[in-house]
Order: sequence, then structure tokens, then C-alpha cells
Amino acid sequence: MVHKQGGALALVATLLLSTSAFAQDKRVVTWNADYDPIPLAAAEAMILDFEAANPEIDVVLTNFDHEGYKNAIRNFLTADPPDLANWYAANRMRPFVEAGLFADISDLWASEGLNDSLASSVLSMTIDGKQWGIPYTYYQWGIYYNRDAYTAAGVAVPGPEGVTWDQFLANCEAFKAAGIDCVTTGSSALWPAAGIFDYVSMRTNGYQFHSDLAAGKVSWTSPEARAVFENLGKLQPYVTANHAAIDWQDAAAIFVQGKAANYVMGNFAVGVFKEGGMTNDNLGFMVFPEITAGVARAEEAPTDTIHLTSGAKNPDDAKKFLAYMAGAEAQTKWNAAVGQLPTNKNSSVDAADPFLSAGFASLSSATGGIAQFWDRDAEAEYAKAGMEGFQRFLVQPEALEEILANLEATRLRLYPQ
Amino acid sequence: MAEAAVVPVRKASRWNQRTLAPWLFLAPGLFMFIVYVIWPIAESITLSFYDWDGLYNAEGQFTGTYVGLGNYSELMTDPAFETSLWNNLKWLVLYMLALPIGLFIAIFLNQTVTGIRLYKSLFFFPFVISQVVVGLIFAWFYAPGFGPVYLLIEWMTGQGIAILADPDLATYGVIAAGLWPQIAYVMILYLTGLNNVAPDQIEAARLDGAKGWRMLWYVVLPQLRPATFIAVIVTVIGALRSFDLVSIMTAGNPWGETRVLSYYMYEKALGEYGFRMGYGAAIAVVLFAIMMVFISGFIWKMWRDEKER
Repeated sequence: MVHKQGGALALVATLLLSTSAFAQDKRVVTWNADYDPIPLAAAEAMILDFEAANPEIDVVLTNFDHEGYKNAIRNFLTADPPDLANWYAANRMRPFVEAGLFADISDLWASEGLNDSLASSVLSMTIDGKQWGIPYTYYQWGIYYNRDAYTAAGVAVPGPEGVTWDQFLANCEAFKAAGIDCVTTGSSALWPAAGIFDYVSMRTNGYQFHSDLAAGKVSWTSPEARAVFENLGKLQPYVTANHAAIDWQDAAAIFVQGKAANYVMGNFAVGVFKEGGMTNDNLGFMVFPEITAGVARAEEAPTDTIHLTSGAKNPDDAKKFLAYMAGAEAQTKWNAAVGQLPTNKNSSVDAADPFLSAGFASLSSATGGIAQFWDRDAEAEYAKAGMEGFQRFLVQPEALEEILANLEATRLRLYPQ
Repeated sequence: MAEAAVVPVRKASRWNQRTLAPWLFLAPGLFMFIVYVIWPIAESITLSFYDWDGLYNAEGQFTGTYVGLGNYSELMTDPAFETSLWNNLKWLVLYMLALPIGLFIAIFLNQTVTGIRLYKSLFFFPFVISQVVVGLIFAWFYAPGFGPVYLLIEWMTGQGIAILADPDLATYGVIAAGLWPQIAYVMILYLTGLNNVAPDQIEAARLDGAKGWRMLWYVVLPQLRPATFIAVIVTVIGALRSFDLVSIMTAGNPWGETRVLSYYMYEKALGEYGFRMGYGAAIAVVLFAIMMVFISGFIWKMWRDEKER
């Protein structure tokens, strides 16, 4: 036993010696993240830039597997908090804010003028009037379409401004006649169905209604909610028949092969479409059509965030890094490397990428508001119940009354009136 | 106690080598059993009376609130829980099919033909591969567009059915996948059992003119009782703890129709939209109670058999 301890001590001592040789006199900021290879490389480049400007600080990034991170964060925030941790905006961060595990950084927002430069994200980063993290990237949702499928069915290819709702449904009828799925999705993981629902909901009744619905403030049996399902029902016959059995990647294959014309998806799917052989020539992007005339256009743009933890050992330097990541220059660079959109309004987007440019234009002109996506806007349990209902409706529209009754029962249980 | 007070000498002698040794030998096992089985059970039961999202606050304090039987009364009215319970029952009943099928394959393979070892190992193969692999393979069988089962149905009826997306069929599709390895397991149990069937009794029965079904029912099966007993136990437990296949093949979907209790518990406690530890613990306690019914039955039977000897 004594020997073992002695050995362990020696080992620790050697490790300490070897690291302190590099990190001597540097103040360490620890950062836990869940990056895939490309974002990880981008983040490491950011760290190098930051350390070049702040030679006395050493940012140490610990990368986690994406899925494992969702559980790991719940442990490390209490047991061994890093200074910084990646997470998501809106309701997704609420449990950590309420348990007091994320630190309030409203002072940083005030001193760096972030309320202005990150204006589009203020709402999603605010709980109880305080800001709890830094948004550094988001991506747009919308309709991706396959020009070849449009040509094959003899339907006029839409322009970047999109088409009207009636035109879209008429197109769907033409696609159906040609044996092509008008709208495809793969809802076996539930969330892709929520993308379609969110858009129909925001286009039918507007952002505020949708936001209230996600917050449990609106009844599922209200005329407004029924109107949403009525419009969704118009789209339902044209959605890929077996969507509940397949993943979103399987649906992407259908879309790439031209067996489906439109795909309501987030911009991250572009990489998959292009791997499948699509190019900027036959892949198009348009905003979801207007349904109720005069409703201000709202868009979905889920935001990724970095948070200062309450247990941070070096909060001052961590805040310096947060301020850096909130800045226009860093966000331009990171998002260019990853192919997403910066949240800082003074950043710029690679004009050569038509999808990023279109997304940037679509989000910056979305006067209705920016939603985070159903499963980030709604509380977790409520979100899941909702997504099951959306998936079911897109398979069994005749079960509408039962779906609405179930959702309403869930709402009344979670949000007692 | 009274006895000990009257004869103190005998009390001291009760802790001699013979009485102490069994406990010493049991101690490591008992320690593990208490730490890894008894203590977690107690912890789960305690947790089921709390509403807790799994987080400790920055000071490391527990953030849950005591809700008494609140989780259990919510379970009573939870349609998803009801679905899970019914699905568990379907699993339990249909999993029993593994017994007769496994028995007949075992009898079929219980012969001496060239290469029978190869056939036996091929039949046993599904039990050796991981449940995750079984789930993936079956999910591909059912996959719309290219799965053989889907294509077969399409060829026969003209209209393919995506079994795992059909709320009425999905659970049966998953159970079919589970039966495949389970049958192999039961088959092996019966194959070893068949080795121990007394040849003289078969001979005697044959002389008395017994053959076919009557031979199986009255002569062979009674001798296979120990194998049947084990096969029932592993099948019941296999059905109740079904989790991997549901998780891999459907993740409880379409819209939660293929959930079973163990998966629902995982979803509520540890899933992406869950983190209701207390509610998950309450489901675990219910599942534990159901299992206890069977387990106590088995233990009671084993204890009775031991005493008869």
C-alpha cells in the first residue's frame, strides 16, 4: 500500500513537473466542450489566437463525445467544475441556471456592449433579467430543395424568396402526380417533425403565439392551435410516407436521389447533402412560405453557447475569453471554419457560400423573432410530449382529437392553471 | 438472551471456528451484494418519493423536494406508463414462445449426423452476438425501401409496411427480434438437458409402445423439468428487462408505442428529455415489484426442492 502510494506520488510529481515546464507562470482557464472534429479544430485555432493576444493565459480545452457530454455536464458542474462549459440557449440552460451552476455574466454583457452586438440573442440568453452565457454560433432552418426533382416533375423552380403557401401546396400536388415526395423528413428521432410543426405554427399565428405554446401558456384545443394542425394537415399527405421509420440521414438520401423535392431542415444538413453528391447547382434554399398574410416572419435558429460556471477557479480570465468569443472577429473566424452563422451582428459571412448568405439574409430580416427550436424553447418533458404528438399527427392525422387531448392533459399537469 | 445469561460459557463457545468460518467466507460476497444490490434498491425506493432533476447545486447540496407518493399517483394516470405496462405483458407472453420452439429445435438437433456440431453452433450463434447487433440487423430487415421483410410484404400484398413505424405492429417486430437469440438460449438449455435423459427409460417406454407426442409428453418432458425450470426463469427475466432492443430499434417510437417499463424508466431518468430522477425511480420500483413476484416464486420453488432432498 505504502509502495503504491509512493509510486502514485512520484507519478503525479513527474506529471506536474512536465506540465509546469510549459505552463509556468500562466494562469489556466479550463473549458469543457463537446465538439466534432471540424468545430474542435476551429476552437483550437481560436484558443491559439486568444493565447497569442494574452500570453499570460493558458486555455485548456477538454473535449467530450457529443452524446456523453449531455450526461457528463450534470456531473462535472458539481463535482469538478471547469471555468467554462459549452451548452445551449433558452430553456435548455434553465435547469443549470436554476440550480445555480451557471454564473450570471450580465456585467460582462454590459461592459462589452453585448446587448447591442448580440442583439438577436438577448432574449434567448436571458433568464430572470440576467444573462447567463455567450452565444457564439447559430444556424438557420428553412426549406432545402432539389432543383433536379423540380425539373423532373415539371414544376417551376422557386427563387430565393420562396413561394406562396398555395403555390407550395399546388407544387406538392404536381410532385405527387410525378411520384415524388413533396416534403421529406425522417422522424424516428422525433425532433425533425418538430421543425415542420414549428414553421407551420409560426407562419399561422406568429412568433408570440408559438412562444406561448412552447411555454405552456396556450391551450392545445384553442382555435389558434387547431388552425395550426389544420394547416399541418394540408401538408401531411405530401410528406414521405414512412418518415416515422427512418432517420433524418435516411431522408437526406431520399432527397439527394431526387425522390423528394423539399426538406425542412437546419443548415447542418448541407454537408450531408453535398456528401451525397449534391452541389450548389442543384441544391437550393428558401424560407418557409407565408401562410397567414401579414404575420411577421419568424425563423428558427438554434444557438450554441459557452457559459461561465459558478465553481470556476479563474473567473476573471474566463470572462476575458468569453468576451473574446463574443467579439465580431472571433465569431467570423470560427463560423467561417465550421460553416455556421455568427451571432454578432458586426461579423461577416463567407459570401461564396450561398446557403450561409441566404441564412444570414433570412435571419437578419426575420422581423417576427428568432425561435430556438421546439425542444429548446419548451421545457424538456413538455417538448418530448409535443414531438410525439407532431410525429403521430404526421402519420395519423385522423387521430387529431386524441393527440390534442393528450397534449392538453400534459400541459395541465405540467402547468397547473 | 435469557439462555445466554444463564450459561455464559456456551455463549462464548458459539463463536468458534465452525460457526465463524461460513460468515468469513460469505463476507466478500455479502459486502458486494449489500453495496451493489441492497443499497441501490434502498436508494431507488427513497428517491422515488422525491421530485429531483438530478442536479446538485454549486455547494453540492441535493436540490430535490419531497413529494411523498406523488410520483406513484402520477404513474397511475400516465398513459405512457400504461402503454409500457401492456407492452411488458406482450413481451412476457410472446417470449414464452421461445420455450416450445427452443425445445423442438433441440430435439431436432439431438441426433448424430455428420457436421451436427456445426449446425448446433450455427443455431446457437444469435445468442452469442450482442443484442445491439441483433437489433440493428432486424431494423434493417424491416427498413422501408430495402429491408427484405418490407420487400416481401410489398411483393405479396403490393403495399409495403414499415413495421417499426406502425403503432400496432412495432412492438411485435421488436419482440420477434428478441425471440431470435432467446430461442437459441432455450435450445442450448434443452440440448444439455436431453443429454441427461435416461436411455433405459426411453427404451422401456418404446417397448411399451410409446412413441411420438406421447413419448415426448410423458417420458422425455418430465425428465427435462430442471431444464424447463431454468428456461422459464431466463425467459421471464429476459422479457422483463428488455431494453437494448427497444433502445436500438425504435427508441420507444412511434410516439412512444413501443416503450417498455425499463426503457420508460431510462427515458424519464436519464434520457435527453428526462432527468426526472424521482419519477424514473418510481417506475424502477414498480418494475422491481413485478420482478419480485416472479423471483420470489422461483426462490420458493428452489427452496422447496432443496428441502425435499
